[in-house]
Amino acid sequence: MSDFIDIGSLDDISPRGARVVRTHRGDIAVFRTASGQIFALDEYLPGKAGPLSNGIQHDNKVTDPMRNWVFDLTTGEAQGADEGAVATYPIKLEDGRILITASAVTTVAAE
Amino acid sequence: MSQKLIIIGAGMASGRVIEHLRETSPDTYDITLFNGEPRGNYNRIMLSPVLSGDKTCDEIIIHDDAFYEEHNVTCRFGEKVASVNTAAKTVTSENGDVLAYDKLLFGTGSNPFIIPLPGHDLDGVIAYRDLEDTEQMMGLGDTHKAVVIGGGLLGLEAAAGMAARGVDVTVIHIMGHLMERQLDEAAGYLLRRALVDKGITVKCSANSNEILGRNGKVRALLLDDGTELPCDLLVMAVGIRPNTGLAKDTGIMVGRGIHVDDQMLTSNKDVLAVGECVEHDGALFGLVAPLYEQAKVVAKTLLGEAATFVQKEVSTKLKVTGCDLFSAGDFAEGENREDIIFRDPARGVYKRLVIENNTLLGAVMYGDTDDGSWFYGLIKDARDISDMRDTLIFGPAYQGGSAMDPLAAVAALPDDAEICGCNGISKAQVVAAINTGAHTLDAVKATSKAASSCGSCAGLVADLLGITLGDDFKMPEKEVICKCSDLSHDDLRKLIIAKQLKSIPQAMQELDWKTTCGCHVCRPALNYYMVCAWPGTYEDDGKSRFINERVHANIQKDGTYSVVPRMLGGITTPNELRAIADAADKYNVPTVKVTGGQRIDLLGVKKEDLPAIWYDLGEAGMISGQAYAKGLRTVKTCVGTAHCRFGTQDSTGLGIKIEQAMWGAWSPHKFKLAVSGCPRNCAEATCKDLGIICVDSGYQILVGGAAGLDLRQTELLVQVASEDDAIEVACAFYQLYREGAQYLHRPYKWIAKVGLDWIKEQIVDDLANRKEKAESFHFSQQFYQIDPWAERAKQGVDAHEFTPLADFTKVAAE
Repeated sequence: MSDFIDIGSLDDISPRGARVVRTHRGDIAVFRTASGQIFALDEYLPGKAGPLSNGIQHDNKVTDPMRNWVFDLTTGEAQGADEGAVATYPIKLEDGRILITASAVTTVAAE
Repeated sequence: MSQKLIIIGAGMASGRVIEHLRETSPDTYDITLFNGEPRGNYNRIMLSPVLSGDKTCDEIIIHDDAFYEEHNVTCRFGEKVASVNTAAKTVTSENGDVLAYDKLLFGTGSNPFIIPLPGHDLDGVIAYRDLEDTEQMMGLGDTHKAVVIGGGLLGLEAAAGMAARGVDVTVIHIMGHLMERQLDEAAGYLLRRALVDKGITVKCSANSNEILGRNGKVRALLLDDGTELPCDLLVMAVGIRPNTGLAKDTGIMVGRGIHVDDQMLTSNKDVLAVGECVEHDGALFGLVAPLYEQAKVVAKTLLGEAATFVQKEVSTKLKVTGCDLFSAGDFAEGENREDIIFRDPARGVYKRLVIENNTLLGAVMYGDTDDGSWFYGLIKDARDISDMRDTLIFGPAYQGGSAMDPLAAVAALPDDAEICGCNGISKAQVVAAINTGAHTLDAVKATSKAASSCGSCAGLVADLLGITLGDDFKMPEKEVICKCSDLSHDDLRKLIIAKQLKSIPQAMQELDWKTTCGCHVCRPALNYYMVCAWPGTYEDDGKSRFINERVHANIQKDGTYSVVPRMLGGITTPNELRAIADAADKYNVPTVKVTGGQRIDLLGVKKEDLPAIWYDLGEAGMISGQAYAKGLRTVKTCVGTAHCRFGTQDSTGLGIKIEQAMWGAWSPHKFKLAVSGCPRNCAEATCKDLGIICVDSGYQILVGGAAGLDLRQTELLVQVASEDDAIEVACAFYQLYREGAQYLHRPYKWIAKVGLDWIKEQIVDDLANRKEKAESFHFSQQFYQIDPWAERAKQGVDAHEFTPLADFTKVAAE
């Protein structure tokens, strides 16, 4: 059972843009693709990649600004020869509002 | 004895229910039909053809008086239902009549969504929903202006219908491209082009601010960038909301729409709902196909037969003459999803199929939609397409043809398109040379002069050889930009000019891009080529730039940024230094460093502090040093005759003048300069992209140096006598490099390709051309010499880049 928390309006993120949600457990990057889909991923893959919200988006992928690793926004996995993945979080759109799973942003993980 | 069925709303869905009931079991129900509009069921989908004059109002009526009479339906049109009592199973009309029912059907449809902008209640602000709205639009003619808010299906049909009547129409769309829910960017671009050809003005990424009126009537729409669009009629076509007011009052379960189960029953077993007012399994419905499916299920449920409503993929067609457009299914990107893309730039055709696990999930087509229903069938049936995958995109008629021709874009160039800019050789001249016996690249060079100078058109000439000679010519290997295209950088730059391609989606469409929206390699290159080719008219796409150029600071390994203010010629003042020191204190800058380019670098600034620190530096008169740009960096100088006993000229003054002329410019890669006051060369001018060494008799202009991964000494381009000439040569050289080099090539790489002799021909020997290049540069500079920091610190440009969307670290933990 997961609850969702409203973190803003779809209009707050421009197409092919991304913004950060700060949490006590680290930053989460929220992406909006050209086709209006939204995704939430960890901003950093420690020691390897990030801040991903600063990357260039193309299709449903983002290219990390530091080492040019390409991550799939749907799975969080690095593409091609690079190996690694960032966590992804359930996120959805309802009437133009962006809702993220509450457990992603609250201090104590809801079990 | 028949039961009583009351239907609220005479729309297309409830109309279909009546047809089914009467066909299957005419006597089971005694039907009473309420409708708020003073008429029966008509075909709302056909409002657009009525608007454009292709159909009349009478032609779109589905059920006329004779139908209702023949099928024994009691009509109460123009009469609303005031309330429903589900306990007593009665309906009360607004006239006060109380009618009993056995079964009740909601078909209340939907209401257009009106954005609550200031002025939305003015006269002349309408939606596009019914015949009354349509008639208002039909009242306009060629002396009128109209604005349509909403670039979706309905909005565009309204715009095209009014434009066909001669009305001056502007469409305002909040998203980056039209019909974003049905189309991807490429098809959106083609659609926009077709609408613009019809005389419709299209503004995407535009936000409405206020509707302005005079004497209670609409006068204009004000956008939030300050633009005022005068209009006599303003049509809002931004979406619909299920009409659930009455249902809610009745006490049945309502979410976004009236909740129904698979049998179309609401939370009350004697009440059903159908059509646009319904919410089924979280989904709402606006297209007619699923509504007719629902109607079938409603009729069966009412007759006590088993039936289940299942949601299916839907397809969309735009009913605008001359815009052939089709979309069906799900065409979002996703893991395990693959695209097959077909583009025919000459015919303006774009097709895209989305495939997952050997089944077709979605299709988008523009320009040639003949095979739409076939693809739609494949999507609905989820058929395995693995055996026809190779030729799938060519449609049902096509089997076993050859692969697509990568030369199509070049073949489609007009005869007078310029292939070789250096020698002014057109496509027709190259082809003529080939046809008279020049069958190799060298032979074409010798006979037509094409590709004989800088050589950057060699790829295009080779393509023309291939097109003209067919299999007799073996194409040389060329280095393509990235996996998204078969073109080289040189080909791309030339085709952008030859075909007048003025946006990234346009270039991708016309040049047959193989991916939907490129990648991190080709997008920045395309964006630069557009910036260079169309100064002043191209709208820079920040999302196609690397983060440093997007936020105008250098990202560091820990995600913080470094900030370098510009100091023309490396000269600063005590006031500037004080402001820098104050800023370093105020924003806790951990490191302050003097750079190799004679500037001061503030390292470790947090991203969200950037606008504030820029504001403080801007107040002290400083602008961005663009230390992050693929563009003009710094002009390093020595003190020259002002202080130095060896100085031969005012090297500091010249450096400042050059930097004043050149700052803000974008180029294929970074561009560094230096001016030394004598051959002792304290400013290290001989390892710069452009260096000047002052001598007694004038100024030596040196080019093509580097001191990075490669170490290169400059070569002498020319010696000139005056400062003005030195500045003109510097600007002309920079412009030649900006126009000719491939993205991410420093000047030394470009010079190695085109040859220093060619550059001398262009801007040393040919004085008129030198002047022209310098003037092109100055023309471009009027659009790009804008301080990006001031825009962001004081005008709120890209404010969203610098602040988090939400911050849960400031929320107290419970």
